Amino acid sequence: MTLLDVENLHVYYGQIHALKGITLHVDPGEIVTLIGANGAGKSTTLKTISGLLRPREGRITLSGQDLAALPAHEVVAKGVVQVPEGRRIFGQLTVHENLSMGAYTRTERDGIDGDLERIFTLFPRLKERRAQVAGTLSGGEQQMLAIGRALMSQPKVLLLDEPSMGLAPVLVEQIFETITGINQLGTTVLLVEQNAYMALQIAQRGYVLQTGEIALSGSAKDLQANVEVRKAYLGG
Amino acid sequence: MAATLVAARIQRNWLQRLSVIDIFLWAFRLAVLAAVVVGTFRTLYSGRYAGEVWLDFVVFGVSQGSVYALIALGYTMVYGILRMINFAHGDIFMCGAYTAYYAAGALYRAGVFNRQPLLSLAIILAVAVTASTSVALLVERVAYRPLRRAPRLVPLISAIGASFFIEYAVRGLYGSGFQAYPEFEVFKGKWNVFGIGILRTQAVVIVATLILMGLLYLFVMRTKTGTAMRAVSEDMEVAALMGINVDRIIVITFAVGAAAAGAAGVLYALVFKQVHFFMGFYPGIKAFTAAVLGGIGNIPGAMLGGLFLGLFESVGPILVLDGLGIVAPYQLKDVIAFTMLVMVLIFRPSGILGERLAGKKA
Ligand SMILES: Nc1ncnc2c1ncn2[C@@H]1O[C@H](COP(=O)(O)OP(=O)(O)OP(=O)(O)O)[C@@H](O)[C@H]1O
Ligand SMILES: [Mg+2]
Repeated sequence: MTLLDVENLHVYYGQIHALKGITLHVDPGEIVTLIGANGAGKSTTLKTISGLLRPREGRITLSGQDLAALPAHEVVAKGVVQVPEGRRIFGQLTVHENLSMGAYTRTERDGIDGDLERIFTLFPRLKERRAQVAGTLSGGEQQMLAIGRALMSQPKVLLLDEPSMGLAPVLVEQIFETITGINQLGTTVLLVEQNAYMALQIAQRGYVLQTGEIALSGSAKDLQANVEVRKAYLGG
Repeated sequence: MAATLVAARIQRNWLQRLSVIDIFLWAFRLAVLAAVVVGTFRTLYSGRYAGEVWLDFVVFGVSQGSVYALIALGYTMVYGILRMINFAHGDIFMCGAYTAYYAAGALYRAGVFNRQPLLSLAIILAVAVTASTSVALLVERVAYRPLRRAPRLVPLISAIGASFFIEYAVRGLYGSGFQAYPEFEVFKGKWNVFGIGILRTQAVVIVATLILMGLLYLFVMRTKTGTAMRAVSEDMEVAALMGINVDRIIVITFAVGAAAAGAAGVLYALVFKQVHFFMGFYPGIKAFTAAVLGGIGNIPGAMLGGLFLGLFESVGPILVLDGLGIVAPYQLKDVIAFTMLVMVLIFRPSGILGERLAGKKA
């Protein structure tokens, strides 16, 4: 049974036809990656799933429930949350306040406190800096915070938009390990990446997006072996 | 040798870059500074005003500034979230004062007004706050929300339209005259605070403002909704991605700002004892000045800006203008306020606390 199902998605920015009929699905427990060059439409896809953009055509469902008609804040309550491109933490809020905003849709105090502790064990750095204003964190710490903030909503599906962007190689490795860890704890992941090499290593399946269309899809192994993918995204 | 050469080159570059406008601005700055220094010196040297007079002016300035600060909060909070100046805000303040007038009148006729002054004040405040908030929410829904995605100039024009609409609706309904506000007997005269005589109404204004500001600060800094407000003002899109209902937060922001303005309306009427359909205009623009002075979008800035403006306006005329030999300087207090607005916009558009904020963002 598919968890997140996207069918024939068409999205426009004014006259620009950014997504031309995207179809993809994510099964429970999977890490699925969406790779593609700059401007292919990866962020547009995630924004549409999150309800920030309205598709002109197409369906988005979570366990059969329609998401496409919901405003962004209700999509979160349904269990789909996004870590946006470029982290975009709330720089003037403290680390703790950022995390509590991630839990905005939830009300049970105990559950929230428990998740806060879990996130602090996952990212001990954030615990040390919980009272610090988030804008003063380093890039890597901000990415951890962005992921932690999203996890606070207890998502069924975590959408990640280029989490490795702008990070030092050591940190990139660490972020991908973290994503694998989160996935093993039961969260399904749809991962958008330009770092196709790393993304295909942790994902089970992948889609290759080209100028608003799915050009290729398959298991991560097949994609890694595919000649075109190797040429275009894996450096030969 | 090399160092002097470099210095010379820097100096030449600096001279080259100096434009006519720069020179004019520097001259302007120096002229204002000179006027302030000379005026102050001559006033103090003449010894025309005793210590007590100064004190009265300071207290009046603080109480006036408190009202500005309360109104300024609404400008700054709405700006912080929508990057829009709600030019109808002064009229929302007027609506609060105006309905308070009717509430006060009813209580007065019922004989409750002076028998239960604190209860009456509480009722009047509640009525004023309800009225201001309702008007503000209506304006938001009708005049601003449909224009959320329009270019920034459009809601601004809509705001000016809303402002006129409210003013002339009130004028049409209640007439264009001044309406006299009943006076609380207990608030007549002065209280002695540490040997200093303070007009009771002004003391009430200052204390009430302090309490309201404290509550507001706690709300914004300590509650979940307040944190969400700050989150929305930083990044509306991501706030929505976290499950925050942005429209709802915007409504709450308008409501809180309007409630503060409604309370300010009551306090203002307490001091000036009359209401009028156009009474929101000057306090509105002054409060906007205060918000800009403190750094628009910054809540503590609005509080500080209001107090500063009230003080400058009250002490400035006799301190500076009197010394410059200007007759009846007090009539020029608005000149001081608007000179300050222009100077802040030219020389420090980020306001008093604006820069620290920007520093935090980086
Ligand atoms: N707000 C916008 N208005 C108009 N066009 C846009 C807008 N946002 C994106 N586009 C266009 O839509 C297309 C897809 O953009 P999108 O941001 O989804 O790409 P992406 O795959 O995420 O790229 P990147 O790897 O650079 O983040 C691009 O051609 C882009 O120029
Ligand atoms: Mg992108």
